[in-house]
Amino acid sequence: MSAAIRESCDLAVIGAGPAGLAAAATAARLGLDTVLFDEQPAPGGQIYRAITETPLSERGVLGEDYWHGGALLEPFFQSGAQYVPGATVWSVTREGEIGVSVAGAARLLQARHVILATGALERPFPIPGWTLPGVMTCGAAQILLKSSGLVAAGQVVLAGSGPLLWLIAAQYLRAGGEIAALLDTTPSANWSAALPHLPGFLASSYLAKGMKLVREVKRRVKVIAHVASLAAIGGDRVEEVAYRVFGGSETRMPVDTLLLHQGVVPNINLSTAIGCAHGWDPAQLCFTPVSDEWGMSSLDGIAIAGDGAGISGALAAEHRGRLAGLDAARRLGRIGDDARDRAATPHRTALARAERGRRFLDRLYRPAEAFRLPAPETLACRCEEVTAQQVQEAVALGVQGPNQLKSFLRCGMGPCQGRLCGLTVTELIAKARGVPPGAVGYYRLRPPVKPITLAELASLPRGEAAEKAVVRG
Amino acid sequence: MRSPDVIVIGGGLHGCSAALHLARRGVKVQVLEKDYAGRHASGVNAGGVRRLGRHVAEIPLSVASMELWHRIRDLVDDDCGFESNGQVKVAENEAELALLAQRVAEARALGFSHEELIDRQQMRAVLPAVAEHCTGAIYCRDDGAANPYRTTLAFRRAAERAGARIAEGVRVTGVSREGRGWRVETADGTAHRAAVIVNCAGAWADRVAAALGESAPVLPSAFMLMISNRLEHFVKPVVGAAGRPLSFKQFANGTVLIGGGYKGSLDRDANWTELDFRGLAESAKTVWDLFPIMRGAQIMRAWAGIEARMPDDIPVLGPSSTEEGAFHAFGFSGHGFQLGPISGAIMAELVVTGRTNLPIEPFRINRFGAS
Repeated sequence: MSAAIRESCDLAVIGAGPAGLAAAATAARLGLDTVLFDEQPAPGGQIYRAITETPLSERGVLGEDYWHGGALLEPFFQSGAQYVPGATVWSVTREGEIGVSVAGAARLLQARHVILATGALERPFPIPGWTLPGVMTCGAAQILLKSSGLVAAGQVVLAGSGPLLWLIAAQYLRAGGEIAALLDTTPSANWSAALPHLPGFLASSYLAKGMKLVREVKRRVKVIAHVASLAAIGGDRVEEVAYRVFGGSETRMPVDTLLLHQGVVPNINLSTAIGCAHGWDPAQLCFTPVSDEWGMSSLDGIAIAGDGAGISGALAAEHRGRLAGLDAARRLGRIGDDARDRAATPHRTALARAERGRRFLDRLYRPAEAFRLPAPETLACRCEEVTAQQVQEAVALGVQGPNQLKSFLRCGMGPCQGRLCGLTVTELIAKARGVPPGAVGYYRLRPPVKPITLAELASLPRGEAAEKAVVRG
Repeated sequence: MRSPDVIVIGGGLHGCSAALHLARRGVKVQVLEKDYAGRHASGVNAGGVRRLGRHVAEIPLSVASMELWHRIRDLVDDDCGFESNGQVKVAENEAELALLAQRVAEARALGFSHEELIDRQQMRAVLPAVAEHCTGAIYCRDDGAANPYRTTLAFRRAAERAGARIAEGVRVTGVSREGRGWRVETADGTAHRAAVIVNCAGAWADRVAAALGESAPVLPSAFMLMISNRLEHFVKPVVGAAGRPLSFKQFANGTVLIGGGYKGSLDRDANWTELDFRGLAESAKTVWDLFPIMRGAQIMRAWAGIEARMPDDIPVLGPSSTEEGAFHAFGFSGHGFQLGPISGAIMAELVVTGRTNLPIEPFRINRFGAS
């Protein structure tokens, strides 16, 4: 564990995935007094989760791309950056004040510059029955696999779309798991739409790796393509998955565990709560923070690196982290423009290489509307149990966007703070109003972006606010 | 487009209420709202519907407004989430209790009996979960709470049904005389015209007043609130404290709203509020002391709405001191929600009849000195 949290630093980096580790190492090596906060007990983020402590020491199970994450650790630990694991950052202000809880105590720390490296989260997958016990995301299953070596017993079915679906299927099989079927929801029309982006993909490393993964999974798993509808069915927990392939009739399959995945989107909770500008990305169908080539957001002193600034994958995240670290050093006067630009050159080249082929993948694996806009009776917001129909009815009553909906239906006000419903709600409102999602906007999120206990909050050192209060009601 | 008789600037609760009452009197009303109705304090306040502890000048208005709250469905065809489970202000020691007793006596002397002093035992019957050290309280049985955004939207919809027009995303950039009426320019380049304007622009109302040559020392404020996870039900009334800023309420779904006077910072041109967790920490300490049952609770979210506070903490309500055909209702200083129904009625009376029976003299705009 780390030493006590200081009251100030040059640079605070939030998140110890590839972008955060690389950003902190780069900046600290250039002389910035750097602190890296991470919620997990060990570094690696989601992609390299538990890399220092996974019980799956047989390297083939998680694959060489996973073990590449180890190469980020040594430079980070040698850099002089302070590492604070088990740290929940629940607030960042525009002035760079970080609210963080470590081991049950809350503290405020003033940073001159902040790099958010909070990565991605899985896109909501609101099918009928998605809240039944036994239905979980592939990402959650992968966490169990990486940190505890656990695979689900019984009849396991994977459903969805995207490169990670195939990766997780392969890792699952290698770890000794059984998969009864993989229901591929990639719309067949996506293939032709993705074709213009094929040259970039052919020149990328994704092609060989991807084909190998798909072959590996197909050898051992029944893969059902062109799945156009999905539902989890059961009483106290999931018992069957019902699906229909395009043009076919409904089929049911018994299932004990249904793992869902349809891609990842930037985790914008913190960048939204700070007030960074965001825009709708029509290619990736998600909101992305506005950022420049160094990751600088629309706000002074706040940069964003890695998938949190737009999905590009783990390798790209690492390079984006280095660029953000270099720019932080320049902004705080440690290096000049020229030195920054020179040092950035190899990372830019590597970044371009890492991003090659992404556009093809984005287009190919764009989830179908049927899996983004749930049926009327399906839950859109699981924390507050709000159905798609309720959202549509609220629009008919005059609700224009997600923030008015919060007051109406409490959508997005539950513990997930919109992580599980935000995009669904935006797209539902956009569809009902007949306007683009960008015109509808996203939840205005407020800190704490992660819950903190009353006791933690009460433990904050006393400030001048005590004298500023007035009685109201 | 036919031009309205009255332009209401600001589509918060007070603006929507003014529009409703005016439209019900047959007046053609246009509301101009720069964001959307209920975007700021009206939509995100604590929702307290409280007569308890009002400034003496506000008591008659608050009492009149409460009568409207108790038949709110008749007024706006929606219950607004209003529940009348009382409000309680607790004393934590004998000295505070003595002050509360004095306050109740003062209100009684003025002829108001809604506030009731209760002893420790009576207080514990109303608030079984309150900390042992509390000594007694003022209890206001028929007070309560409502859902602020739902309320604002209900007033807005009722106003529209009555014929008022409400334009959102329309920011007023200029107010000037044109003939005997007013020309109101908006950021989209439109010039609106009406015989009368009503300034319900909240934290931005000083700018409208300035166009009338009136100085209104508005202090834009961002009062902070936070909310807990769902807890077992342990408190029905809304709770305040005599000696510390607190507004404390448990919702039907079990979540607990904690507010009470601590302010964040704000940028009113950017619609931005920044929370000050040091202030929220003070609220957390107060709750820790007053409701031990909350010590294991989690804080899920915090926020602040932008509103206008006046230096003397009571609103500006009444006719312009410089111009005919202009009226003000703003500066409710963190406790305007309960007054929403009546403030609109007063505006409509003033516009249509030129007078009101309620005592609004203390709220005149020129009380702050010459412009």
